[in-house]
Amino acid sequence: MRSFHYRRPADVAEAVALLGADPEAAYLAGGTNLVDLMKLGVQRPDLLVDVTRLPLGGIEPLPGGGLRIGATVRNSSLAAHPVVRRDYPVLSRALLAAASGQLRNMATTGGNLMQRTRCVYFQDTGKACNKREPGTGCAARHGQNRDLAILDWSEQCVATHPSDLAVALAALDAVVEVAEAGGTRDVPVAEFYRSPGEHPERETTLPRGALITAVRLPPLPAARRSAYLKVRDRASFAFAVGSVAAVLDLDAGVVRDVRLAYGAVAHRPWRALRAEAELRGRPFTPELAGRAADAELEAARPLSHNAFKVPLVRAITVRALTELAGVEA
Amino acid sequence: MSAGAVGRAHPRLEGREKVTGTARYAVEYPLDDVTYGWAVPAAAVRGRITRIDAEPALALPGVLAVLHHGNAPRLSPDVDPELYLLQEPTVHYRGQFVAVVVAESIEAAREGARHVRIDYDTQPHSTVLTADHPGLYRPDKVNPSYPTDTAEGDFDAAFAAAEVQVDATYRTPAYHNNPMEPHATTAQWRDGQLLLHDSNQGSTAVQAAMAELFGMPRESVRVISAHVGGGFGSKGYAKASVVLAALAARHVDRPVRLALTRQQLFGPIGYRTPTIQRVRLGSDADGRIAAICHDAISQTSMITEFAEQTAVYTRSMYAGPHRRTTHRLARLDVPTPFWMRAPGECPGAYALESAMDELAVACGIDPVELRIRNDPAVDPDQGHPFSSRNLVACLTEGARRFGWADRNPRPCARREGRWMIGTGVAGSSYPARARAAAATATALPDGGFVVRINATDIGTGARTALWQVAADALDVPPERVRIHIGDSDLPPAGVAGGSMGTSSWSWAVVRACQELRDRLGHHTGELPADGLTVEAHTADEIRAQRPMARYAYGAQFAEVRVDADTGEVRVSRLLGVFAVGQVVNPTTARSQLIGGMTMGLSMALHEEGVLDERYGDWVNHDLATYHITACADVERIEAYWVPEEDPDLNPAGVKGLGEIGIVGTAAAIASAVRHATGVRVRDLPIRLDKLLGVSELA
Repeated sequence: MRSFHYRRPADVAEAVALLGADPEAAYLAGGTNLVDLMKLGVQRPDLLVDVTRLPLGGIEPLPGGGLRIGATVRNSSLAAHPVVRRDYPVLSRALLAAASGQLRNMATTGGNLMQRTRCVYFQDTGKACNKREPGTGCAARHGQNRDLAILDWSEQCVATHPSDLAVALAALDAVVEVAEAGGTRDVPVAEFYRSPGEHPERETTLPRGALITAVRLPPLPAARRSAYLKVRDRASFAFAVGSVAAVLDLDAGVVRDVRLAYGAVAHRPWRALRAEAELRGRPFTPELAGRAADAELEAARPLSHNAFKVPLVRAITVRALTELAGVEA
Repeated sequence: MSAGAVGRAHPRLEGREKVTGTARYAVEYPLDDVTYGWAVPAAAVRGRITRIDAEPALALPGVLAVLHHGNAPRLSPDVDPELYLLQEPTVHYRGQFVAVVVAESIEAAREGARHVRIDYDTQPHSTVLTADHPGLYRPDKVNPSYPTDTAEGDFDAAFAAAEVQVDATYRTPAYHNNPMEPHATTAQWRDGQLLLHDSNQGSTAVQAAMAELFGMPRESVRVISAHVGGGFGSKGYAKASVVLAALAARHVDRPVRLALTRQQLFGPIGYRTPTIQRVRLGSDADGRIAAICHDAISQTSMITEFAEQTAVYTRSMYAGPHRRTTHRLARLDVPTPFWMRAPGECPGAYALESAMDELAVACGIDPVELRIRNDPAVDPDQGHPFSSRNLVACLTEGARRFGWADRNPRPCARREGRWMIGTGVAGSSYPARARAAAATATALPDGGFVVRINATDIGTGARTALWQVAADALDVPPERVRIHIGDSDLPPAGVAGGSMGTSSWSWAVVRACQELRDRLGHHTGELPADGLTVEAHTADEIRAQRPMARYAYGAQFAEVRVDADTGEVRVSRLLGVFAVGQVVNPTTARSQLIGGMTMGLSMALHEEGVLDERYGDWVNHDLATYHITACADVERIEAYWVPEEDPDLNPAGVKGLGEIGIVGTAAAIASAVRHATGVRVRDLPIRLDKLLGVSELA
């Protein structure tokens, strides 16, 4: 048997110290991804540091507006929170579009952000994967890559980030609070994830041992009009084939502010800044939304089996924004 | 004779045990000194093992043994090449089991499996079925024993002369059975006797296979299968788990539990072959078929031949004087395909019923009416009369319930917001057969009765159905009857498969019960303490049946919505009407029918084994990536049956209904998608990328 140690630290400092002292250690939260990967032999930690008993479970309004979500808040609790549902519906809908009821009851906010790609080659130790085993190659690059990236991939890795939550957080300009050996730090979601580049095994910009303690949502009144649209191969319990998180603020039909992020297209949740720039300050029409998506997707480089994702993402961009604008398509 | 139990809804007898978790499955029996086996799959596709180094595994704490072709107990080579495991260094497909690690815990066994070092001498492989594969050949027969090709009249001339022609090719991918309970076994050797708790669909056959493999008399092997968590055909015969567990238990001389993992179910236990099917239909302008041809291509392995009987469905379904069916097979470096719910009929009906819809469109005739017009009076294949044929009743009753009469045949005619809405229909049929079985019935002095037969309940409700049949045959209230199944020590019976479990088993049960009643009628005085027992065998009676075409029939109606922008397909209604003879238990019958229909929906929209030719296996080998229809996909599903009394079947008058529900469903959905969008998808599954932006195409 491959045995491992299990520790339940008393506080965040002890948790960070435990990880810092052991390069093979891993944090355990809901376990909905890590435990599966351990059974498959994809991840083989020798120490699990259970963070679920740390006092990181609250959802609190912030003094200047916004919300602070503790890292161990379960996905189901976060989705059901009345303030989230009222002020950030995109977040609630992204969570409810993910996984199953049972998984949402276990999965945590921090764990959701740290989940690994569901690329089939990553999950099979019998196949080449630079993310799992650097230097072995990327079997997906010229393999069965229908579900994988169209943007920002590298020859070393074409995986996508699987989280729906992270896509909503990217659109909301959320900030991740991180505890490290030297103290605490704020990392905007936009800077939290890495492009695969030459090192797909590194998925976030966090140093080893860092622990997510909370996620902060800045005040964003426009987010009351926000949506998450997820396209998947079956009606529930499936990862996105493509998804879009959208916030739209119109002033007499003119786009005053807009936030757009895509899921299932890249190694990280994809904030669509070019599309936003195209939209901002212009009178909203579905055609404008289409042009904005085109501007964003100009950089797309589809793989052998996923060229359809480009028109798919365009279509859901137009739909999400048009529905938020309340205009006829 | 009826005491009225048959035809009444009744919950499963073992329902309480199942929902409270006390029903024991194959690897759940408490046992002292038990060990755990973990199967090791080959990492090569085609080649030979040149070296196995078990030392790193054996060095791990808790690992007891590593079995492989160099040290495993010897098996008889004459039973089934699929079961000739750990005997030779040859590798025929990626994932083939080449070793077993036995350990004190399941975790230690799994870790040990990762430490067995195996070197291979590999050769180039071929794993993808194509219509022009150089290895295509004509098998001698198709599953189980149908002729490979058939021909009547002159198809080519009649097709060439036909006013209306349909010529279309349909493709289906590999499908994987995925029962909830994996193939699993607990094996124990005691004084030269082999006791197996095994998850299978028929332990009489497993007992025989294991006895032959190990060179023992059948009486030395006992197989208990009290509860089985599904199989869909893949547990229709002994599979790797039972052989590996028995080998391992003999090697370590302790009991061994071995359950395959979910990933290991994608291949070694069988799957539905991919198919490439060309269907040609020629008719007059009124849709009366003159020429009908179905050419089917599928795959088998290098190990043994399994030839899916894909085109057999077309032989008897619709009329037409000039007809031809063919089957061709390619031997690939893949696992051997095997039975999966309605092998042959399921993929074959997808193609033929889709082509019928294409013919209806080409003729401008309603697809229900087209099928009625081509309903044959006698079996067009053998010329035999039908014991009963109620396809037309299913179609008309289904059309009435579904509201088919209001349908506008024009495609793309219905739109609700972003949804394009369409409806489709398909016919379905499945053979109503029976095979020989034996049963005993015992009258006890306390007024109770015990019926014994080695039937298997794989979750279908078979135990309950047989109990109901027995009560009526004994003409007593069912509470006085106990039924024992799922143990090879019981009177032998056939597999829960081919939709002939209930027909075959109830036949023997009825005969045993009838004879017991007879005997009791002549009995005087007290019954002996261990009761009065009679035994019935049905082999002679089944053999003496007069030749007839015996089939269950059905009609499937589907309403789908297709998202005009994203191509997402949702099935808003699925309605089936079936003619299945006597329904014994409406509760479990309905479950079987809607389960089959749901599986057909899954086939139409979701399931696909995605093969990576470089590695030679399916990359989506788990339930997160191999999508099976979720509850949310089944928005409204209804199953009904028409009253049907067929005196030429079996004593209980049942046709079996485990498979008919899946037959035709995918065609109904595909035709509904075409009606909604104008786009005919001829390669399953109908995924959104095949319909993306369909509103612009239509």
